[in-house]
Amino acid sequence: MRKSLLALAATLLLAGSISAASAADKLKVGFIYLGPIGDLGWTYQHDLGRQALVKELGDKIETTYLENVPEGPDAERAIEQLVRAGNKLIFTTSFGYMDPTLKVAKKYPNVHFEHATGYKRNPNMSTYSAKWYQGRYIQGLIAAKMSKSGVLGYIGSFPIPEVVSGINATMLAAQTINPNIKVKIIWANTWFDPGKEADAAKALIDQGADVIMQHTDSPAAMQIASERGKLAFGQDSEMIKFGPKTQLTSILDTWGPYYIERVKAELAGTWKSEDSWGGLDSHMFAMAPYTNMPDEVKKMAEDAQAAITAGKLHPFKCPIVGQDGKAVECKGGDHLDDSQILGMNFYVKGIDDKLPGK
Amino acid sequence: MELVEAIILSVLAASTPLLLAATGELVTERSGVLNLGVEGMMIVGAACGFAGAWLTGSIFVGALFGILAGTMMSLIFALMALGLAVNQVATGLALTILGVGLSGLVGAGFVGERITPAAHLSIPGLTDIPLVGRVLFGEDAFVYFSIALVVAVWWFLYRTRAGLILRACGDNHVSAHALGYPVLRIRTFAVMFGGACAGLAGAYLPLAYTPFFIPGMTAGRGWIALALVVFSSWRPGRLVVGAYLFGAVTILQLHAQGWGVGIPSQFMSALPYLATVIVLVLLSRARSGGSTAPAALGTVFVPDR
Repeated sequence: MRKSLLALAATLLLAGSISAASAADKLKVGFIYLGPIGDLGWTYQHDLGRQALVKELGDKIETTYLENVPEGPDAERAIEQLVRAGNKLIFTTSFGYMDPTLKVAKKYPNVHFEHATGYKRNPNMSTYSAKWYQGRYIQGLIAAKMSKSGVLGYIGSFPIPEVVSGINATMLAAQTINPNIKVKIIWANTWFDPGKEADAAKALIDQGADVIMQHTDSPAAMQIASERGKLAFGQDSEMIKFGPKTQLTSILDTWGPYYIERVKAELAGTWKSEDSWGGLDSHMFAMAPYTNMPDEVKKMAEDAQAAITAGKLHPFKCPIVGQDGKAVECKGGDHLDDSQILGMNFYVKGIDDKLPGK
Repeated sequence: MELVEAIILSVLAASTPLLLAATGELVTERSGVLNLGVEGMMIVGAACGFAGAWLTGSIFVGALFGILAGTMMSLIFALMALGLAVNQVATGLALTILGVGLSGLVGAGFVGERITPAAHLSIPGLTDIPLVGRVLFGEDAFVYFSIALVVAVWWFLYRTRAGLILRACGDNHVSAHALGYPVLRIRTFAVMFGGACAGLAGAYLPLAYTPFFIPGMTAGRGWIALALVVFSSWRPGRLVVGAYLFGAVTILQLHAQGWGVGIPSQFMSALPYLATVIVLVLLSRARSGGSTAPAALGTVFVPDR
């Protein structure tokens, strides 16, 4: 009895909080957030995008967001709540909302949905994401140059393709600088738990890593690296405040332009189900200033960024060799094609770790 | 050797908030009150603790703010669940939801700020002893305090008359009342103690663990503390075992991943829960059969006047 009460308690706790403005006749746009808007990471950046949207189109639209919405079946209820509240365009901003979003989308064909980082679509459900692996590639170059121990520390959230492709891009880049570079990978199995992320960073540093990279959402790892005098990359947002002498750069999610574009389409009646996957060239994300590194490393990073933006450099240029030593089939001409990257479920050669679940 | 020391240090840091919060809840439950609001009291303690430390520049003041905030939260619970005899489970859950919201509000102005974390003890000579030096003589004050606290609680519950009365209230409030003990007053103090401990546990996170405040940073530790109390069968000794075991497995599974052991990380993440439950259940089976839950736990008591 007691245990089931605890489970009930935990479920109730996760019910998000709501915030809304009121006005009639305006287009209602809803957002589902995974974390609190003050997480200084993933959700924070999505909310900056929403704020940019309000600033640009505030007289024509009205936005609502639900924060702290857990992934999984609970999300369905939250999304449906937004539909019932009259929202006509709903952004669900985490991978785990994919199936719940699709389910609600099928139920309400007159409402338009936008799901971030997923791959399932419907006539009224678009997907959007960014080619963060491009940024990870640049980070890999910097990391290999800056690491003295030759061991990089990587904190993963969940072993989903987006995270795996980030690790691979990092390693492929690092290997061009130092063929013997090692990476230690710790999966936190959470997107947001500052304490656990800090513990993971400590473990990586204790095991000899001197450049820490993360694919989780809080600045805890940055802060630990700063405390221990190591180097680190931020994630999602600017984290230099937590490591003024530590942050090398950070991949900054910049959703504002996309949100504005999609809402304008909705207002004009031209909204269509699409799959947007933007890279450095489309401003879906940006790199924070390159700091705490010598000028030549900075130059190398800027050159790589320019080359990727111009389409001259592809992080997954063939041949790509998997952990088993066999070359991966090259479906995109001279590089892996988008579907191979979006569904990436293998490690490249040189990573000692075993991919969870493989 | 250095790695072993580093691991032990991380384990102590990870276990301390659990131990603090669980010790407080143990006393609360021993008096017969089930307060499921630990997570809410913790997160408010974290927000207020950080605010206090940031405004005054003193970790000590921050900790006091945390304790005070947790106590205030628990007084809301006491008013509802004891004063008005509202269902304790519902009140506790409401307290958690309130706490999560309130902490976001209090902490909103402090998100993105940094403080200098709590200082670690340093005794020349002793702290430098290899392996054990930093573990025994190089912790922050919270770690020492949490251990002292659990010893004090054990002594109070089993070696003092007041502790006996508190346990009597938890086992049979009608008898305790008939004997002339002020059951509700005693329970209120127990609830306040639980709140103070939860507030301090919450404050530990932004003051010593990760020296910044972010909404939701307790990330479910309050629920783990609650579960630890149950699995320790309401005994302080086993609580210490449970809290440190949980912390140890949490840290070790991270290291094991770094070493590349090749066990699925999802399983590793579940391991702390699994290991703690198994060990504590075995412990309680080996010693005494049957449930040791306070008999009146979670039941409403309205004295006949």
